[in-house]
Amino acid sequence: MAIIGSRGRTTAPLPPAQSDELTRPEAAAEAGLTVVNWIDERAQLSQGLRWMMFRKVPKGINWAYTLGSATMFAFLNQAVTGVFLAMYYRPSVTGGAYQSTRNIIDNVFLGQFVLSMHLYGAYLMIVLIFLHMARVFFFGAYKYPRELSWIIGVVLLILTLAMGFTGYLLPFDQRSYWATIVGVNINGTAPFLGPYISDFLRGGPEFGATTLSRFYAIHMMLIPGLMAALIGFHLYLVMKLGISAPPWLKAQEPEVAIEKVEV
Amino acid sequence: MNQAEKEQYLREYALLKNEGKPFFPYAVAKDAIMAVIVMAVIMLLSLLFGAELGPAVNPTTTTYVPRPDWYFFFLFELLRVMRNAPKLTDMATIGLPTLMMIGLFLLPLYDRSPERLITRRPVALAAGIATILCMAYLTYTGAEVGSPNQLVLPIPAGLTKAQKATFLAGEIIVGESGCEGCHEIGTYGNNGPGPLLTHIGSILRPGGIASTLKNPTAPMPSFAGLAKSSPKKFEELVQFLSMLHYKSSSWTG
Repeated sequence: MAIIGSRGRTTAPLPPAQSDELTRPEAAAEAGLTVVNWIDERAQLSQGLRWMMFRKVPKGINWAYTLGSATMFAFLNQAVTGVFLAMYYRPSVTGGAYQSTRNIIDNVFLGQFVLSMHLYGAYLMIVLIFLHMARVFFFGAYKYPRELSWIIGVVLLILTLAMGFTGYLLPFDQRSYWATIVGVNINGTAPFLGPYISDFLRGGPEFGATTLSRFYAIHMMLIPGLMAALIGFHLYLVMKLGISAPPWLKAQEPEVAIEKVEV
Repeated sequence: MNQAEKEQYLREYALLKNEGKPFFPYAVAKDAIMAVIVMAVIMLLSLLFGAELGPAVNPTTTTYVPRPDWYFFFLFELLRVMRNAPKLTDMATIGLPTLMMIGLFLLPLYDRSPERLITRRPVALAAGIATILCMAYLTYTGAEVGSPNQLVLPIPAGLTKAQKATFLAGEIIVGESGCEGCHEIGTYGNNGPGPLLTHIGSILRPGGIASTLKNPTAPMPSFAGLAKSSPKKFEELVQFLSMLHYKSSSWTG
């Protein structure tokens, strides 16, 4: 037995020869890898992605730090539900706007649900953006070197509120119509620029067909495009500068000199 | 922060970062859980409350009290707070919010102290809490304000039968036009942002009332549409308002 055992390693029969043909899942995985490699050979994204995913976040990061990404997630919800609503909505004052909204609620499959998600997504986004801002304010996270991230964040807050204002008119019921008239009138009382802003929003001195299509274009194209670009820049700065550490943590002086500090 | 403080911060931050964990999977996991919660809350609210559509737009009637969505209540309430100082209305509507936005925008440029711990930043702590309390209070009072559409006033003495009919018709028009959303008439309506109407008849002549209704001071919506579509209703509204001579002492409604 011992002899056989000692010789067994060399004489044991080879495992069943692997056939060159791949099974289907293997082939699919192989093909997928090939596609990824083909793209990466040209775009060379993997290094950056690896850096992004495996960069360190400072110690002490807690749940309050998820408010920013939660706000972005609410924005994504707005974008996706907004696209579906745009498929059915018609910005026409002669009944189209109101009737298409009614159609979304009454007839379109899951229409009321998607419209409600757009509404409550907006509410939640506004709540989250204020919570995120409060976190950054009270943690002093807007200070050097993250001043620019804060400034872009304030612009994003203003744009979010502008989305709320322009979106309120689109269902074109009594409430949205009269509230928007009052809102535009309030804008008009601003010194110097006020009347011009009001005329721009209305598309003329009177509230009419141009006003609705203007609000629609601003709500669907101008502001979302700006916001997407600014969110991208905001995220770039977060990654480049690193997530701020909780202010109550003090760095431990290392006992041995750190040879390489990743920043 | 001066150069030395900047370098000090970057050094301490690098140490804290070095002690930290990689973004993936630790931070990503928390963000993903939060994303699921956000989505679940949105869906739950949608299923529970849904979105509703009011009556279709009718520019010729003002049968709706113009109310913004709840996140603009604090701006709308500023109008009411500032009602006693008409010269400062512009400040309330545009000036104050603009100043606050500029203040927020420039925050990192004027607050340059290196201290980050909130307990050692008394001014920032006080300002932050004061802002939150003010906004919460204004939002709360804005939500509390109803949209009354009823008006039953004691009929003034010495009216002819026709005038009495006009008076009663006017009450209904004021009620359905949502005037009370912004104006106080006796014990009815909200005290602001619009001026008191209890004795508007003693202040303005009918012609003045009519032209104010057609070309009102912002933010009040214009009643020119009503004047065009149903001149009779508009005339009744003007006549009714010019009959309001109540004094607060003689008020019995």
